[in-house]
This record gives sequence, structure tokens and C-alpha cells, in this order.
Amino acid sequence: MTSNLESAVFVFLLATFLGLEVIRRVSPLLHTPLMSLTNAISAISLVGSIAIAGAEKSQLSTILGTIAVICSMANVIGGFVITDRMLKMFKKREPGQ
Amino acid sequence: MIATYFTQLSYIAAAALFVLSLKWLSHPTTARRGVRAGEIGMVLAIAGTLVLHEIVSYQWIVVGFVLGAIIGWPLGAYMPMTHVPQRTALSHAFGALAVAAVGTSEYYLHTGELSTFTMAVLNVEVILGFLTFTGSLMAAGKLQDWLPSRPIVYRGQNVVNLSLLAVAVGIAVYLVMHPGRSELFPVVAALSLLFGVLLIIPIGGADMPTVISLLNSYAGLSAAAMGFVLDNKLLIVAGALDGSSGFILSVIMCRAMNRSFTNVLFGGFGQVQMAAGTAVQRNYRSATAEEAAAILETAGSVVIIPGYGMAVAQAQHKVRELYDALTRRGVEVKFAIHPVAGRMPGHMNVLLAEADIPYDRLIEMEEINPEFPRADVALVIGANDVTNPAARHDKASPIYGMPILDVDRARTVMVIKRSMSPGFAGIDNELYYMDRTMMLFGDAKHFVGELVKEMTGARVGA
Repeated sequence: MTSNLESAVFVFLLATFLGLEVIRRVSPLLHTPLMSLTNAISAISLVGSIAIAGAEKSQLSTILGTIAVICSMANVIGGFVITDRMLKMFKKREPGQ
Repeated sequence: MIATYFTQLSYIAAAALFVLSLKWLSHPTTARRGVRAGEIGMVLAIAGTLVLHEIVSYQWIVVGFVLGAIIGWPLGAYMPMTHVPQRTALSHAFGALAVAAVGTSEYYLHTGELSTFTMAVLNVEVILGFLTFTGSLMAAGKLQDWLPSRPIVYRGQNVVNLSLLAVAVGIAVYLVMHPGRSELFPVVAALSLLFGVLLIIPIGGADMPTVISLLNSYAGLSAAAMGFVLDNKLLIVAGALDGSSGFILSVIMCRAMNRSFTNVLFGGFGQVQMAAGTAVQRNYRSATAEEAAAILETAGSVVIIPGYGMAVAQAQHKVRELYDALTRRGVEVKFAIHPVAGRMPGHMNVLLAEADIPYDRLIEMEEINPEFPRADVALVIGANDVTNPAARHDKASPIYGMPILDVDRARTVMVIKRSMSPGFAGIDNELYYMDRTMMLFGDAKHFVGELVKEMTGARVGA
């Protein structure tokens, strides 16, 4: 457990630093799509929700798990779809303009 | 055994793809590749989870998938771009609710068996999850105008809010030390839900960009906490990425308003501004669409400054027509984008991109400011505080110190505005009383349409 905990903290720290570095480089032009994309990515809480909804350990956990699956899935679909929709709109000047 | 390997590999691949996804998002030319990478990572992770041996029934998973897809699809495919801020707030609420629900279920499944550390992170997960859930719903309601978007403040508000949070955290700490006292768990949940509501009540529309970013950060952190509870590294990585993204955006937004986090959350900004709005009758010059069009046509370079007012008036497509009319005449047109223009980070860029304005015409504040002295016309459409020169020199002004667009340095300034009445913030803008300023009164969409008509009409006549 302690080694698990230690590696979990390591992962969190490294991912945070990596995130700060990578995201700092995102052009302010794309800050809205950035927010919807990170939102879709953090809907990875879906994997935890699936495990709980499908484990059938108690009625309460199945209900809460299903609610969590619904919410996460809505964010996965909605987040990726709207991000792509927004990015499609960012165009350069057509030649000759 | 093979299934376990598959799960682990899929999680590792997904984590890598998520990082790449954000890396590719850094530039518009590679950004869509970033979305693909994120989608592949997500599909892999879901597949890796579905084969887990602890899953005994797929019935409720399928129900959740279908319902989630039914809710998520319209939120992604049909939501108009003007409504993206409230959609974003709503998705923060969904994400936070999912996290809080998983945390609650973990607690009741393992009451009394959890280690001190797990119990502590679980409480962080649940408190952040529930407060972000109601806070984001409140923010979405304010942005959608279902709730009053002006700040609602009362005496002792901060004391009430902070003591409420302190009580919630206090009970959570007690719960960590005595994990068996499960009757206290709902109290923590309820207090967190209530705190989320109270936290957003005093926050006004103009502060929404910061608040949305902050809620984004909380949602990410709660997801990372969930990763600690479930000992799932992929969740930790994704949560940390989301959390750091929200954090960076909050810092950028605060800096763009020259304010601190605490000031945004506990400042009661609206009140201060109301007090400062001393109205003195001053002279200004108004002009008609015909006069304005004549000046615009003969200009060499025009900088357009869009603000939230443009979005409210749905004027972005008319602005695109104006852009076309001017460009056709050889006028150099650029757009000056203040970081907090609109109701969320990057909001103006998305609206203008939707109206088919090329993104290389959208210029950030630091880059465009040196160009204002060379601009023949600066045309302000629905922006106010971010153009107020008082921010540079008037120490008594509530916006003193805020970085602004140097609109007043252009040769001619035009402001499209409904009337002279000070807007939402209640601060008088001295830009409007300069000799070089022409006030163009009317609805933004209508007035820009008139300008376009004057220009195209003149061309036919010539």
C-alpha cells in the first residue's frame, strides 16, 4: 500500500508539471477548445464509474455508479464533439483574400 | 491474465495519448489531430475497463452509456457557440457529480475498512466534487440568465461562507479519524453542496471567465483524488492535466483583470464598482452610420475590438460582412482580443472563427497594443471596461491596474453602444469623451449592418 501510495503521488506530481508545461504553450486563440478538451479527457472518471456500476456490490453503489456513468459519458461525447466542431471553424485566410 | 495485461496496457496508452492530445492542441494546424488522439485514448481506456473481471453485469453500464450519449450528443453537436460558456459550466457540473457519486459509493462499500490516507483523499474527492457540482450549476444558470447574473452580496457573506466550509472540512477531518461514523458522511456532502451554491451567488457575469476556469481546476483535482482512492494512475494523470489546465487559465484570467483569486471569490466586485460610478455630465460626439462608413472606407488600417456585447447582440456574422467589405477595399482589418473578453477564456475567438473570420486576424492584447498608434480607426463593438484608459492612470478607479487594450491611442475611435448609460460594471469610460471619439448609438448587429449597407451601397453607386 505504501509503495502504491508513493508511486501514485509521483504520478500526480509529474503529470501536473507536464500538464503545466504543455498547456502553457496552448495559444490563447484556443483556450475555449482547450477547456472543452480537458473536460472530455477528465471524463475518464468513466472507467471508475463503469467498474462500480458493473460490480453489483450493493444497490446504492449500482445506482450511484450508473449516475456516474451517465454523467461521464455525456461529457465524453459532448466534450469531444464540441471541441472538434470548434476547431473545424478555425481557418486561415483563403489565398487571394 | 491476458485481460489484466490488456487493461494495464490500454491505460498506459491512454495516458500517453491524453498528453499528446493536449500537446497537439497548442496550434490550430495540429489541434484536430489532438482531438483524435484524445478520442482514441478514451476508447482504449473504456475497452480496457470493460474486460475487468470485477464487472459481473453490463446491464447498468449499457443503460448509462445510452442515456449519457443521449444527453451528451446535443450538448456537443447542436449547442450554439454563443452558449459555449454555460455548456462548459454544465459539463463541469456533470464531471464533478460523477466523481462525487463514485466517491460516495466507495465510502459506503468500504465503510471502516479504508486507510487514513484513502479516507482523507476520499473526503477531498467528495467535498470538491459536490461543491463543484452545485457551483457549476449556479454558474451555468447565471450564464443562461436563468439566475440574476449581477452579484448578490449581503453583510457577513464571507464569514458565513467560510465558516460553512470550515465546518464541512472539520467534520471531514473527524471522519478521517473515525471512519466508522457513517452518519456524518451525508452532512459533509450536504454542506459541500450548499457551499457550492453560496460561493457563486456573489459572483457577477464579468468574473465568469475566472470562475469557470477555477471550477475547471476543481473538477480536475477531484478526478485526480478519485484516482488516488481507486488507485488508478490513468485517472490521476487525466485529473492532474485537467486541474493544471484550469489552474493556468485561472491565473491568466486573474492577471488580465489585475485581481487575485481571493478577490474574485470574496471581493464582491460589483458593489465596489457601483460606488465608483459618479455620473458627471460630459460632452461627447455622436455620428451616423453614413459618417462612420465614410471614415472607415478611407482608412488604411482598422482594428475592431469585440466584447461580450457583440455576442449578446449576435452581431458576429454582420461583423464578418463588415470585415469583408473593408478587406475588399484594401483596408487592413485586425481584431484585438482581450483575454477576458466574453464569458469564458477564448470565447471571442470561437465566436469570430464561427463567423468565418480567419484566425490569423485575431490578435492578442500584447501583440496588438503597439499597433494602435498606427491604426486609423479603432472600432469598439460591445466592449467597455477593457478599453477604459482610467485603468492606466486613475488610481481611484476600481479597474486601476488592469491591463487594457490601448484603443485611445488610435487616430480615430468609434464606439458602438446602445446609449451613454454606464453598462453592467457601472464604471464611466473616459474613452467616450475624447475629441477623437465618435459614439455610434444603436444595437450592435443593426448598426454594423448599416455600416455594411453604406459601404456596399456606395460601391454600387461609384
